[in-house]
This record gives sequence, structure tokens and C-alpha cells, in this order.
Amino acid sequence: MRDGAPAIAAPGVSATARKIGRGEDARSRVIARTAFPFLVVAVIWEIVARLEFFPRRLFPPLEEIAAAFMRLTLSGVLPHHAFDTIVRLTAGFALAAVAGVAIGILMGRFRRAEDIFLPLVTIAAPIPGLAYAPLFLLWFGLGNVSAVLLVAFVSAFPVVFNTWTGVKAVKDIWVRSALAMGADNPRLFRHVIVPGALPYILTGLRLGLAQAWRVLVGIEMLAAVPWGLGWMIFGAREFLNTDVMLAGVVVIAMIGLALEKLVFEKLENYTVVRWGMMS
Amino acid sequence: MTRGGDRIRSYRRAIITIVLAALCYEAIARSGYFPAVLVPTLPKIGAALWHSLLDGTMLSHAGFTLYRVLFGFGLAIVAGVPLGIMMARYRPVQNFVLPLASALMPIPSLAWVPIFILWFGLGNTVAILVVFYAATFPILLNTWSGVRSVNPLWLRAAGAMGADENSLFWKVIIPGASPFIITGLRQAFLRAWIAVVGAEMIAASDFGLGWTIFDAKEFLNADVMIASLVVIGCIGFLFERLVFGSLEQATVMRWGMVKAART
Repeated sequence: MRDGAPAIAAPGVSATARKIGRGEDARSRVIARTAFPFLVVAVIWEIVARLEFFPRRLFPPLEEIAAAFMRLTLSGVLPHHAFDTIVRLTAGFALAAVAGVAIGILMGRFRRAEDIFLPLVTIAAPIPGLAYAPLFLLWFGLGNVSAVLLVAFVSAFPVVFNTWTGVKAVKDIWVRSALAMGADNPRLFRHVIVPGALPYILTGLRLGLAQAWRVLVGIEMLAAVPWGLGWMIFGAREFLNTDVMLAGVVVIAMIGLALEKLVFEKLENYTVVRWGMMS
Repeated sequence: MTRGGDRIRSYRRAIITIVLAALCYEAIARSGYFPAVLVPTLPKIGAALWHSLLDGTMLSHAGFTLYRVLFGFGLAIVAGVPLGIMMARYRPVQNFVLPLASALMPIPSLAWVPIFILWFGLGNTVAILVVFYAATFPILLNTWSGVRSVNPLWLRAAGAMGADENSLFWKVIIPGASPFIITGLRQAFLRAWIAVVGAEMIAASDFGLGWTIFDAKEFLNADVMIASLVVIGCIGFLFERLVFGSLEQATVMRWGMVKAART
């Protein structure tokens, strides 16, 4: 423990330390097992880089990548890029989530809405998101608007499809029994349809977020936005700054992992598992 | 009976919707509110599609794109399926590969494009490798969970009936895992198709549908762009329906696996 730590904090810290201590053996083994493959890959990378099969500029050893990472983080450049990317992702995905869930529920509940939207969605969905990028750039200009709109547009499809399936998959008997027990429309919607469709909606949101993430990196390279991780990687290529590019990829991987682990697993545990819809 | 009637009505409504959407688009295009180069009328798009199909440019672009996507996809199958099976059968392989796969999977394949360009130069290699990267992980992870989900009862039954390691593998494990593997191939193809279009745009090779769209932007040829979009959508749709649909018919449906997997 650190010297000079406030006395009040000490009992809490030691309590957690004891709690960790119990499972320490198993946990450290898991950590070691997870770390081992990365270590092997790192060593191979280092050997290849040191032997200079490739020019050093193009295949930098790990410490150069780490140095670039530190330098860019300390100067605030990397956080700025990452921040802008996350803002764009959030804005685009929020649009997609709201519009997609709304359209999906309409499609699931009303025949007419299904007939109107389904053909349009079925035609537009199989086209890869980035193929729309040049059109969006022409229509909305270079920059943020195109990027956010494209991300929203592309990530809305999985949300719509899954919400629609989810609403249709709500068991008829639940709806009927709720109606028999005198539920009115808003209550039916809030207490039966939304919870019933939620596993599907969450799957849709998850797929949509993954889609948004993949498209966002691509569109940042194409749309000439001033900040953003995709742009950072693409711009660094001009100056052969492979270390900067790889540092960017590392940050992208970290954000992607964080989205998966922190956002979705938590959300799923909080709602679906707690309501007993999924084990 | 009512189902059939429903279906016919749905088709009719679908056609009405599409016609209405087309009319709306046409009205917007003709209103002159937006510049005609940016929002071309439908006949113009049709003409662009027709001409490029007739003089063969669209077909050769589509050929290049298909070559890249199939090459990368083939590599991904060759790497992903055996590795996935090994992961499921041998614990050390799983312990080694799984952490790496879950760390690499959330990196969008397009993030690698600039790096691959530096390493391998502009051209086919970059596109193929990006497709490979995008397609491998879904195949790998689905094969892995497919083999793990093979009913242990089947394995024991086959073993009791005297199946050796070899026939156990080909007659039980592969068919048993096939619904998952085919789902993985489907997901992988979708991702590969996205990746190849993006890679062609960014890595600016001289041929390919993605490149056509991006190149047409420079000359404000919105009609060519939309025509290429149509072709890209059609190819993706055909693959999804024809290739994977018939693959499913020929294997898992015939073996009666899908019902077992879904219930």
C-alpha cells in the first residue's frame, strides 16, 4: 500500500485486497493465460522488426509504437482524435437507435407500416454502407454532417430488422392475457411489447453499434473530417508514420473492446437477464 | 390459403410502395430544387447502367471486385474453419487463439487499409488482405462454437457404434457443426463485401465497383454512382440468396440439422 494514504481509506482498501486474495490464484492464472498469446505475438513482432526484413519506418519495433502513443497522448492529439470519433459515433448511433427502434416497432405493430417500409429496407440494406459514402459526400458535403448521417443511416438497418422481428415474436398469448386483464394500449406497449421484444432490440442495437463503428472508421478516411482516429491513420500514411498509425489502431481496438464489454454486456445484464428473458 | 392471400397482398403493396418511392424521387429530381448532376432522374440512371453493362466496363469492374472478395473469402475459409475446429477440440489452441481473436475482432478491417497500403503497395493485395481480415473472425468464432455445441450424445453414440476418429470427424462433427459454420460464412461474406468496397475506395486501385463509385464522385457522375450501387446491391443479394441459400439447402436442410438447431 502507498505511504501517506488517508487513514480512512485504509480499511476499505484492505477489505477489497482480502476479497481479491481469495480468488487470486485462479484469477492470476486466467490473466497469465490471456496475456501469454499477446506476449508471443509481441516477441515475434519485435524480432521481425529488429531483423529489419522490412524498412524500419514501415515496421517499427514496439517501443517506437509505445513512444508514439505516449507522445501523442501527452500532447493531447490522440485524445482529441479519439474524442471526436466517439462523439461522431454517439451522435450517429443515437439517431439510428431512435429512428430504427421507432420504425421497427411501427413495422411490427401495423400491417400498413410493414408494407411501406419493408420493401425499402430490404432493398437498401444489402448494399454495403461505405458504398453510399460518395453519394452522401456529394449531397451533404465533406465533413461532419455526411459522416454522422452515413453512420446513422447504415447502423439503422440492423436495428430496424431486429426490432421488427422482436415485436412480431412477442407471444400472442401474453398480449391477449394482458388485454384480458384490462391493459390499455400504452400499458400493453410499455409492460408487454417492449420487454418482450427487448432481447431482439438489444441484439439489433449491438449489431448496429458494431456496424456504426466499422463504417465510421472508413468514412473518416474519406470525408476529410478535421479530427478523428480514421483520419489520423489515413493522414499519417502520407508521412510514413507507421508508428502513429499503429498507435491509432491500438486505440481503435481499445474503444471497440470497451464498447462491447462495458456498454453492451452491462446493458444486457441490467435489463434482459434481470427480467428473466434470457439466462 | 389465407397465408397465400396475405402474401399476394403484401407483394402488391410492396410494388406500390416501390413505385411511389420512385415517383417521389423522380419528382424531386425533376423539380430542379437540387442540381441535376447531384440528383439524376431515373431514366438517366437506367441509361448509365445500360450503357456500362453494354460496353462491358461494369462487368469488368464487377469481375475485379468479385475476384478480390472471393480470393480473400477463400483464404478466410481455409484459415478459419480448421483453426476453429482445432480451437474447439484442443484446449491449448483455444487458450492461445481466443484472446488474440477477441482483441483483433473489434478493430474494423478498414483501419488496416492505410497500413496495408504502406506494407504491400496499392492494388489487389491490400483489398484481398482486408477481405481476409474481415471474413476470418466470424468464420473462426462460429466454427468454434459450432463444434463445441455438437451434442455429446451423438459423439458417444458414434463411438459406441465403433466409429474411428476419422469417420467421427467427417460424419458427426462436421455435419453437426455445419449450421453454425454456414451462419459464420454468411456473416463473413457480408463483412467481406463491405470491406472490399471500402478497400477499393481507399486503396484507389484502378478497377472495381467501389473504385467506380469513388471515381465517379470526382466527375460528379451521380448517375454512374447510383448505377454501381445497384450492381453492388444485386450481387450482394444474389450471393446471400442463391449461394448461401442453396448451400444451406444442400447440406443442413437435407441432413435435417436446421430444425434440430432451431428448436
